[in-house]
Amino acid sequence: MRFSKDHEWVSIDGEVATIGITAYAADQLGDIVFVDLPAAGKQVKAGEALAVVESVKAASDVMAPLAGEVSEVNQALSDSPETVNAEPEKAGWFVKLKLADPAAADGLMDRAAYEAFLKTL
Amino acid sequence: MSPQTDPALKSTPLTASHERAGGRMVAFAGYAMPVQYSLGILKEHQWVRAHAGAFDVSHMGPALLIFPGPAGDDKHALAAAAIEPLISGDVAGLKPGQLRYTLLLAEDGGILDDLIIGRPFEPELQGALYLVANAGCKEDDFALIATQIAPSGGRLERADDRALIAVQGPEAASVITSLLAEAPALSFMTLLRVSWQGHELWIARSGYTGEDGFELLAPAAIAPALWTWLLADDRVRPIGLGARDSLRLEAGLPLYGHDLDPSVSPIEAGLGFAVSKRRLKTGRMRGAARLARELAEGPARVRAGLKVLDGAPAREGAQILAGDARIGVVTSGGFSPSLGQAIAMGFVPPASAEVGTRLEVEVRARRQGAEVTAMPFVAHRYHRQQEG
Repeated sequence: MRFSKDHEWVSIDGEVATIGITAYAADQLGDIVFVDLPAAGKQVKAGEALAVVESVKAASDVMAPLAGEVSEVNQALSDSPETVNAEPEKAGWFVKLKLADPAAADGLMDRAAYEAFLKTL
Repeated sequence: MSPQTDPALKSTPLTASHERAGGRMVAFAGYAMPVQYSLGILKEHQWVRAHAGAFDVSHMGPALLIFPGPAGDDKHALAAAAIEPLISGDVAGLKPGQLRYTLLLAEDGGILDDLIIGRPFEPELQGALYLVANAGCKEDDFALIATQIAPSGGRLERADDRALIAVQGPEAASVITSLLAEAPALSFMTLLRVSWQGHELWIARSGYTGEDGFELLAPAAIAPALWTWLLADDRVRPIGLGARDSLRLEAGLPLYGHDLDPSVSPIEAGLGFAVSKRRLKTGRMRGAARLARELAEGPARVRAGLKVLDGAPAREGAQILAGDARIGVVTSGGFSPSLGQAIAMGFVPPASAEVGTRLEVEVRARRQGAEVTAMPFVAHRYHRQQEG
C-alpha cells in the first residue's frame, strides 16, 4: 500500500490501483454521511478531485493520487457511507483506477514514510 | 499553527477544559472553540436529541444595559424606550423575567444581528435589560447600542468575560433541577438571577437546538467547576459547535451571517413574529415603511426549508432552481442526523415557497430534486407553561 500527502491510500494490482482515504483522514473528517463517486470511464489526472466525501459539517475533495481511468467505483458506499469510517483502508475503498503509468506509484510514500509524515502534522 | 496555540485567538473560561477533554479546537469568530469532542458531531447531535448536551457558548455577547434611577416599572419603560429605536421588538411590553428574540435593525430595516433581550425578574433590577448578541457581531452591536442608550443615561456592561453555558435536551430540566431548585419554575423564554455557591448566576430557559434547555451565565471563576459538575452527570455530554449547527438547522433556526445579513429583512426571513406590530404602527422603527409594505404586499423572497430528495447535501451557496430558472440560493444546508437526509434553507420567491413545491438544488454542477418543507424540520420541544 502507498500513501499520498493528501491522505489517500493506493493498493496496486498490476495496472489497476484501488484507492481510498486513510484512517487518519477518515478520523479527521468525522462521521461520513455521503460519498460522491465519479462515473466509470472518467479520466483523471494526478492531483485532480476524484470524489467528494461529506461529513455532517462539510464537503471535502478526495484527490486522485495517480492518473488513470476509473474502472470501478464502490457502489456500496452510496447506501453505507459510514463504511469509510468503519473500515477506511478495506471495505471503505472508493474507486479502482486503470493507471496511465503504474511506475508513477513509486513517487508515493510507503507506510513507514506516511506515518512519519503524520507525526509532522 | 493549531488553534490551541494560536495566540491571536481568544479563549473562554472553559478553553482549558475543552482541550483536556479532547475537544477539537477550531477558530470561530476570533475564538478557539471546540467543533466536536471525541463522540463526533453525529453522535453528539443524537445525544442532545435523546439526553442532554452541554455547550460552551461563551464566545457570544452577553451584556447588561444599566440605566440610572430607582428600580421599577418607570425605569423599565425608560430603558425600553432607549433601546427600542434600534430593534424590531417590543421591550416595553416584556413582563418581569421574560425573554424575547429580537432583531437589531439597519436604517433600511435589514438585519444587523439577532439578539435575545430580557427583562430581569428581580424587583431590584427593574430597569436593567439582559442581552445576548452573536459572537461575530458583538463588537459592532455593543458600540451601536452603547451610543444609542447614552443620551438616556444608559450604559452597556459587557458580560462576555463570563462563561455562557447552554444545557439542551429532553433531560436538561432534570439535570439543571438538581443544580438549581428554581429551574422547574421557569418556562420557555424566561430569565432568573440566582445564587450558586455564593456566585451570581443568570439562568435563562432558552437555547438554539429546538429542545428544552437552559443557558447559564456564570462568572469565569466558577465556570470550570460548573462545567465539571454538569459533565459529571451521566445524562450530559459536552457538545461542540458542529452539532450545535446541525441541531439549529433541524430546528429551522436561522444563523446570522449565513441565513441573515444586512440585506435580509425580518419579513423575508420569516421572522415577522419578532417585529412589534404596536411599534410598526407608530412608524418609529428602522425600516418601518419597508417592513410594513412587505407585510402588506408580501416580500420579494422568503426563507424556505428544503428537503433534498436524493444526492449530496446542498450547502451554503448552492443554487436553487425551478425548472431552468435559478430562483434562489441555499444559505444553510447539511445532513440532518435526525431525519437521515439532507436538509437546507434558502431564499426563494414566495410563489415557489409553498410547502410541497418541487424544486431542484445544484450541487457540484449536478441537479438534485428538492421539496419545500415546513420548518422546523424536527419539531421543537420547548417547555411552555400557562402564564400566571
